[in-house]
Amino acid sequence: MFTRRTFDVVVVGAGVVGAACAFYTSRSGLCVAVVDRGPVAGGTTGAGEGNLLVSDKQPGPELDLALLSTRLWRELAEEFPATFEYEAKGGLVVAAQQDGLAALRTFAATQAAAGVQCEDVPHLADVEPHLAPGLAGGVRYPQDAQVQPALAAAHLLRASGARLLLGEEVIGVLRTTDGAVRGVRTPRGDLLAPAVVNAAGTWGGQVAELAGTSLPVLPRRGFVLVTEPLPRVVRHKVYAADYVADVASGSAALQTSAVVEGTAAGPVLIGASRERVGFDRSLSTEVLGKLARQAQELFPVLRGVRVMRTYHGFRPYLPDHHPAIGADGRVPGLWHACGHEGAGVGLAPATGALIADGLAGSGGRLDRRAVDVRAFRPGRFGSGPPQPGRADAGAWPSAPGPTDRPPA
Amino acid sequence: MPTSPSEEQGPYDLAVVGAGPAGLAAAVTAARLGLHVALVDAASRVGGQFYRQPAAGLHARRPEALHHSWSAFARRAAQLDVHTAAGRIRHLAEHHVWAVTGEAGQWAVHAARGPDGSGETVVVRARKVLLATGAYERQLPFPGWTLPGVVGADGAQALLKGALVLPGRRVVVAGSGPLLLAVAGSLAAAGATVPVVVEASGYGGYARRPGVLAANPGKLAEGAVHAAALVRHGIRVRNRSAVTDVHGTTRVEAVTVTRLDEEWRAVPGTGVRIPCDVLAVGHGLLPQVELATGVGCATRRTPDGAHALVVDARQRTTVPGLWSAGETGGVGGAALAFLEGELAARDIGRSGEGAASLARRRDRLRHFGEAMAAAHAPGPAWPEWLRDDTEVCRCEEVTASRVREAVNDLGARDARTVKLLTRAGMGWCQGRMCGPAVACLAGATASPDRRPLACPVALGALAELSDG
Amino acid sequence: MFRSRRSPLGLARATPGAPFDITLDGRPVPAFDGQSVAAALWADGVLSWRTTRGSGKPRGAFCAIGSCYDCLATINSRPNQRACLVPARPGDAVTTQKGHGRADLAV
Repeated sequence: MFTRRTFDVVVVGAGVVGAACAFYTSRSGLCVAVVDRGPVAGGTTGAGEGNLLVSDKQPGPELDLALLSTRLWRELAEEFPATFEYEAKGGLVVAAQQDGLAALRTFAATQAAAGVQCEDVPHLADVEPHLAPGLAGGVRYPQDAQVQPALAAAHLLRASGARLLLGEEVIGVLRTTDGAVRGVRTPRGDLLAPAVVNAAGTWGGQVAELAGTSLPVLPRRGFVLVTEPLPRVVRHKVYAADYVADVASGSAALQTSAVVEGTAAGPVLIGASRERVGFDRSLSTEVLGKLARQAQELFPVLRGVRVMRTYHGFRPYLPDHHPAIGADGRVPGLWHACGHEGAGVGLAPATGALIADGLAGSGGRLDRRAVDVRAFRPGRFGSGPPQPGRADAGAWPSAPGPTDRPPA
Repeated sequence: MPTSPSEEQGPYDLAVVGAGPAGLAAAVTAARLGLHVALVDAASRVGGQFYRQPAAGLHARRPEALHHSWSAFARRAAQLDVHTAAGRIRHLAEHHVWAVTGEAGQWAVHAARGPDGSGETVVVRARKVLLATGAYERQLPFPGWTLPGVVGADGAQALLKGALVLPGRRVVVAGSGPLLLAVAGSLAAAGATVPVVVEASGYGGYARRPGVLAANPGKLAEGAVHAAALVRHGIRVRNRSAVTDVHGTTRVEAVTVTRLDEEWRAVPGTGVRIPCDVLAVGHGLLPQVELATGVGCATRRTPDGAHALVVDARQRTTVPGLWSAGETGGVGGAALAFLEGELAARDIGRSGEGAASLARRRDRLRHFGEAMAAAHAPGPAWPEWLRDDTEVCRCEEVTASRVREAVNDLGARDARTVKLLTRAGMGWCQGRMCGPAVACLAGATASPDRRPLACPVALGALAELSDG
Repeated sequence: MFRSRRSPLGLARATPGAPFDITLDGRPVPAFDGQSVAAALWADGVLSWRTTRGSGKPRGAFCAIGSCYDCLATINSRPNQRACLVPARPGDAVTTQKGHGRADLAV
């Protein structure tokens, strides 16, 4: 049966970003529907490790977004205790050599100036007993934390009270004669709303296209290794200092720098390969081998531990590695909340709060000055049907004029 | 291309994964046609689960006492010995294949060594690959199924055939499918008391397909042998019934057997308590297809809701350079597996001679297998056996109530999402035991198995794949 | 050695060598050459040799063909070996495995 249902906002995507958008938007008093062609957390969220990292971000708008998100995740964990395995375990970035350590310390100093808590760790064995001997040193980031992403998405969606429409694929974005969004179409009917939020993650480019615009979201594949269940053998999220360079790299080639961490459930997760191979789902034993080797170099104790399974996901990345958050000035009523690459779980609450703030207008509760949102303007990539004079108008009216300069 | 420090000599013309009836037949046929073959298998001796041989150290002079159609196996095992001695086949025993990667012409079969695969990993390179990885037993949870003494029917059979031991003295055999009769017969022949065989479906299903039965006189004879064994040992078969509870604190002391209606719903007030020290249970077999799905082979749903590989008349999968034979293409028994292995090898070795008649026999047996699957497909109401505290996932101890919460309250609509939200299927067995049940509880049809690592691999062994 | 036909060894006319001992928590358990650890334990009437990591309930071999991993055993101090696949060797010391069997690694 073809139905017609009316809402204030339709969020496309039931991953963790869509869930956070629905949660904060509902909180601000709007009537929200979340629609997804699959189940809850069926895309990149379900393949995520649940990293809430400030440690891997250089000073700038994304770090500000991460700091805001860190605070919001803590609030959510207090509001919904013991539902999504929130663990404020802290991150530990290590350097093998003295010169690498010096560079790490310099980097940390710039982060500290931007509000990140950083602690120099001269004796790694004191905080992480199984780390390989002989590493030069490291920096601890107490604000780094972890959640179980699928549980987080599911519980935020439930708490939002939003109408959840699963297994229903958006096949069209409905627009008025003057081009403004008025809802979406699925095979089961129309969901009418004056605002549509594109939280489709790696598939966000397709939703943008349905709305008659463009967003160059591309997949960046990552593999994760999962070990047999263990007691707590790794206390922090531990990674080598090279990881930051890999995250920021624009190269299509394979980069691996293992992030090693324990989980509440027991298994150790080893993640973070990055390669641009489209939606290739085939297993790369080269990647598995590299991740395993790096994990073993950091934690020799893992050598005899069994890897029980592996999975991959496709991070949604945009060319400048920043997400698209805010109104799309080219299509009135269309909002974007996607393209977070590997940081979507971490950045979800801040993204949702920003979107809610924008949608609810002055009713929003967020201090907008906390984050300079210009870096996340969806229109910054410049393609798609331009509408001069309208670019990004209405998203954050108080924000200074648009600039297409990518952030440093 | 990075070269593993442990590379088997090769490339081979053909790598056969699995040394059960299908793999064995394929290997010896391919070797006869002049191909250089690697036969890669997890067990220490060939035979697979069906022809599991007694361990060599037991010096069994009459292994056939525990097997049906032993001579068909023994003949090919003897041919294997000849080809192995001549260097045409290399039998890589105790090699647990955890992934197949690559493409036609240059496959890499990755295997972890050792009796339980905890050793180093090696690469076997081959131009063509035949997957003959067989099947494993389908389990459905019920109250008490995690108590020690509840064992897989196929497992009880395996330890009897391979190690010549029994799990207990008084064994109730339950579940669904023709395997139960064979298991009960063997257990009884080996000295166990089998008070009853409990079959959820009943065997009436075949009667509706008389054409299929008439076309398979060998299968009729096989059934008659099993039936005669049951009569000889005084074993009763209770149709349309299931074990719905297990009694005991640290091990099985008794089971409750309850009548089922057409949809496998327990009929209230019909429970009967039967003392026993072991319950051997199983609901037919599931094709083991994850190596194939890992490289993109298409699957099809079988009449009992399982997923089998799509193969054409020449046993080719949908991926070029990759063949399948035996249970991976749908459960059909050892005779079918022999035929398919031979057909696949003839296609690989480009020998069409006599293939038409083999193919006709193959098709007949395939139809029979499908009819059996339809007759023993789990009824839709079996989840009603579960109590809230019944563990559905044995590895991660996830109860039925937690699975239902994920479905009813948290938006799970399939087994994968239930897994993400509850950990059901995330443990050591990777959902092999709970997968069909979880999918059913999620209201979904099960998806084809995808396990990029078909079995666990030591982290240090994986690390060896990287040269730094 | 006389064996009844109504025993698995008798049925298959097996003539194994003399049994050797493995131990379960220090108690001797006889095994024949070629039998898996699980088989030897079953033959001795033992059905469980580990406890689960959540509720601490006893478990032993279930599928017995290497698929279910319920039979994980600590053998000679190495945890998480599939007892249904690992052959018993003279002197093997099986200890009841608690949970993940890796408590020694905890920090």
